[in-house]
Amino acid sequence: MFGAALIVFRESLEAALVIGIVAAATRPIARRARWIALGAAAGVAGAVGVAAVAQSISMMAGGAGQELFTATVLALAVAMLAWHNIWMASHGREMAARARDVGRAVVRGDAALTAIVTAIALTVLREGSETVLFLIGIASSPGTTRAALGIGSLLGLAAGGAAGWLLYAGLLRVPVSRLFVVTGWLILLLAAGMAGQFARVLIQADVLPALASPLWDTSSLMPDDSALGTLLHALLGYQAQPSATQVLFYFAALVSIFIAMRRAQSHAAA
Amino acid sequence: MAMKVVLLMLSLSGPVLAAEPEFAIQLHEHRFTPSEVKVPAGVKVKLVIDNQDATPEEFDSFALNREKIVFANSKAIVFIGPLKPGRYEFIGEFNRQTANGAVLAE
Repeated sequence: MFGAALIVFRESLEAALVIGIVAAATRPIARRARWIALGAAAGVAGAVGVAAVAQSISMMAGGAGQELFTATVLALAVAMLAWHNIWMASHGREMAARARDVGRAVVRGDAALTAIVTAIALTVLREGSETVLFLIGIASSPGTTRAALGIGSLLGLAAGGAAGWLLYAGLLRVPVSRLFVVTGWLILLLAAGMAGQFARVLIQADVLPALASPLWDTSSLMPDDSALGTLLHALLGYQAQPSATQVLFYFAALVSIFIAMRRAQSHAAA
Repeated sequence: MAMKVVLLMLSLSGPVLAAEPEFAIQLHEHRFTPSEVKVPAGVKVKLVIDNQDATPEEFDSFALNREKIVFANSKAIVFIGPLKPGRYEFIGEFNRQTANGAVLAE
């Protein structure tokens, strides 16, 4: 039961943290809760759909279908998070100003919403499809085991959701004047982490070279499966033994999105 | 554009240069056989994981930096390395009590 809880917790953590950050980042946008829920629901539906056809996907491209699919989903999510951040960079000041007028003042932000709803859906889809496959495995186990594993999975999901909510609640304590700077950085780091994962799956499929691997090894200092390692993996894309290619993609995404944000900001100010 | 060309070349080079040593691992009743896979160090290696169980499994290794779903009664390919000599543990995440093993690079 504990094992099942842990697996589902790990899979749901990243999606929950993404939702928590995005919910805070879009605070002043009208009807954002509905849109976020829509994104999450679309992601769950997508995860079930993907799990159903996952085996056929996996067989494609000489057995590299799984990796190419995951890489595509990751690349789209990075693009959406980047788009959101660039949009926020040019509209953030205006949003912060309006958000200060207590609660009711909301701005229209259709572009930003489309981007984040899609990013949420893609993240839930990616993490969720693995969970669905795990649950399919559970469903074929004997009755008593199945019940225990089912309860464990629900506990894991609840714990993942709680982590996302805690992050959201924590972000709401950040003064509005600084909130969008903080969420902007968090989203930038999420996007960079996903870019690193993009490289990892393509290395696994032998599409990209690993270059130096591992570039460093901090597995004795902070193992990937430690509590802090898991949290930092979900938030920043931390890995104890990353390859050089992954690190390269991580920083390439970080720097290029940051520069695009800066440009959008200076255009808005001019 | 340049990036696209590079990616295309890399993806084409995969099958053309497919001379990596290949190692088979069977998964039966949520156990890996062999549970210790000896591979040469310093070269890229192809692992073929054959899941003979009726449930899907996730081949997972932090040390190898790999993670792949292996479907019920199916095979999956995972490229690893070039590895430094050493022991790299892996698990089947969905059945970690029984499904565990290691790659020994030497």
